[in-house]
Amino acid sequence: MGELLSAAGEAGRLIGGLDPKLTEIVLLSLRVSLTAVVLASLLGLPLGAAVAVARFPGRQPLIVLLNALMGLPPVVVGLLVYLILSRAGPLGHFGILFTPAAMVVAQTILIVPIVAALSRQVIEDAWQEYHEQLRSLGAGQFDSAATLLWDTRFSLVTIVLAGFGRAAAEVGAVMIVGGNIDGVTRVMTTAIALETSKGDLPLALGLGIVLLSLVLGLNAAAYWVKEAAQRRYG
Amino acid sequence: MLPLVLDQVSFTVNGKTIIDRVSVEITEGPRTVILGPNGAGKSVLMRLCHGLFAPTSGSITWQGEANGRKRQAMVFQRPVMLRRSALANIVYGLKLAGVSPRERQLRARDVLEAVGLENVADRPARVLSGGEQQRLALARAWALGPEVLFLDEPTANLDPGSTREIESLIGQVRASGTKIIMTTHNLGQAKRLGDEILFLADGRLVERSLVSQFFQQPASAEAAAFIRGELPWS
Amino acid sequence: MELIRGRSWSFMLMMLVLSAAAPTSWAQRFITVASTTSTEQSGLFKHLLPAFQKKTGIEVRVVALGTGQALDMARRGDADVVFVHAKGAEEKFIAEGYGVKRTPVMYNDFVLVGPKSDPATVAGGKDILDALKKVKAASAPFVSRGDRSGTHMAEVALWKSSGIDIEKEKGPWYRDTGQGMGPALNTASSMNGYILTDRATWISFKNRGDLTIVVEGDKRLFNQYGVILVNPAKHAHVKKEMGQAFIDWVISPDGQKNIADYKIGGEQLFFPNANDQGA
Repeated sequence: MGELLSAAGEAGRLIGGLDPKLTEIVLLSLRVSLTAVVLASLLGLPLGAAVAVARFPGRQPLIVLLNALMGLPPVVVGLLVYLILSRAGPLGHFGILFTPAAMVVAQTILIVPIVAALSRQVIEDAWQEYHEQLRSLGAGQFDSAATLLWDTRFSLVTIVLAGFGRAAAEVGAVMIVGGNIDGVTRVMTTAIALETSKGDLPLALGLGIVLLSLVLGLNAAAYWVKEAAQRRYG
Repeated sequence: MLPLVLDQVSFTVNGKTIIDRVSVEITEGPRTVILGPNGAGKSVLMRLCHGLFAPTSGSITWQGEANGRKRQAMVFQRPVMLRRSALANIVYGLKLAGVSPRERQLRARDVLEAVGLENVADRPARVLSGGEQQRLALARAWALGPEVLFLDEPTANLDPGSTREIESLIGQVRASGTKIIMTTHNLGQAKRLGDEILFLADGRLVERSLVSQFFQQPASAEAAAFIRGELPWS
Repeated sequence: MELIRGRSWSFMLMMLVLSAAAPTSWAQRFITVASTTSTEQSGLFKHLLPAFQKKTGIEVRVVALGTGQALDMARRGDADVVFVHAKGAEEKFIAEGYGVKRTPVMYNDFVLVGPKSDPATVAGGKDILDALKKVKAASAPFVSRGDRSGTHMAEVALWKSSGIDIEKEKGPWYRDTGQGMGPALNTASSMNGYILTDRATWISFKNRGDLTIVVEGDKRLFNQYGVILVNPAKHAHVKKEMGQAFIDWVISPDGQKNIADYKIGGEQLFFPNANDQGA
């Protein structure tokens, strides 16, 4: 109990004092995870829409695979990306290992299946309602997929938020490909891991509270925007 | 595009024959009403003609060509509106048809006015009433300037007031030169809106005659029973 | 309307990706040093590196792993310099051709930490081998890092020196956690067990629970650090000039003084000994 209370105290002290180290870590966390979620959405949403609308051999196994990949362990993704980006690996010459770019790559890989699998489900459900009308109007598969992506946008917002939550919360991937370098690749989750391993539990918990508040705030903001837009557009 | 020629068209799903060797030539001019009891296959026949389904055997050709997709439109029993404004829904159809941006807006506004929905042009289409949405669906189809307009039980879900409005609008569409092919289970509506009747029972085209003849002197036993009210009509 | 929206979205996206990737991956003057978690967690680098950067303008990025991992990372060419404390493993690294030369830098010492209740009755002793024998005899809980780190290798070597082949003779009292120094200390603290730790980590460790130092000062507990430049012949991209500059500074009187000046609670943690050729 005492630790929880000192954790709350630490969180308050950190936020109130606008500790510059904390600010740096928070901004980096946001930069990495937001970039990853944007890239993952650009890749995953069209993929989900395409699989929802098109019919091709192997479609069912692909859906099963996408759903399964939602459960990719972050540490495994981190390890794979590390081996690829390592100097000894195939893409080592880019030299992006141990930089935020590598962290973005790893998190994007982690989130794409989530965005694709969930949007596939949402769009396939909408497809049931829309497909006769869309075909009647002359929409081909590509137009239909694009139209459905826009029409289901409110549900898709929730999916994107889920992807962001996953990225912001994970530590396994960014730890391995980022190296938790002070001032360069240290993000909230790796900082928490570090402080925990140093035994400074109140500080670790305090950082955890800051991280949770951040994610909560972002979700609340997105929810209100979505609600307002939904009221306007039905 | 017309005449539309069906030659020994059958449609079987999972071993069940829904349309059984229907042969008919539908020409320009008369308003064609497809009548029949529940489960006769009226909606499926419409979709075969419109190209949403492909026949299991037999052929469907427009003026001798197999691909008569171009100048047709369909209004479904339940209107499907996109999550955007009423005007935008019409513009959507025009865009798919390749109409220029400026022309799209003009035509959309014109047709909205023609159906009496100019006041709700900017309202989200999905919050409109059932009758308004069906009028909008009709407007969307009409805006495309189709040679043939298919209507599948267009007023089955509407109250009498909205039904009258839709019937009047169908008349206007007809007056602008479009061929009308519609299904209904409502005998009164068939009399009001039809010039010729195609009577379907158990997937077979049982009778074809002009409206007056059909109701006064039905040639087939099934038609007679239907008119007398012995066959189920929901 | 839709076209404009589309274009501004892709522009924003580009900016976003570039800004996320930008500052750190566009080459500035920096080197990557593979070191150990215990060194990082002692806080030494936070004290030492700014002085070097001020002098030379070279940023030092430390990736902290276990010694085994750090050396593997260097073998793969993902680091320019190695800074660890496992002489045997370091010499093997050089023999394999991955490192240019090993230079001693500093040492700190290990201490045996245990519960105040001291079930193995080792407290106050000056002989680590004797203490370890007593811990085994009493089957007192003992936490090991088990992660191929310098500390772990030192621990195994000490068991061996006391005549115990720990791999074969361990029992349920021996907890092999596979973790870094901090997490292993957490484990020892929560189960009131004995654990071998470096003094630096212990001094800054905040979750001590009931643990205290029970054995220290035995010469066999000294922990020697070495620094090695990764061999540019094996990995052409290694930043050899900047890496060498770092090594040269760390063993220079200026660097050595910096190391000696690092204190926690008034206590010096690391003892510079670059001049000790045999170290």
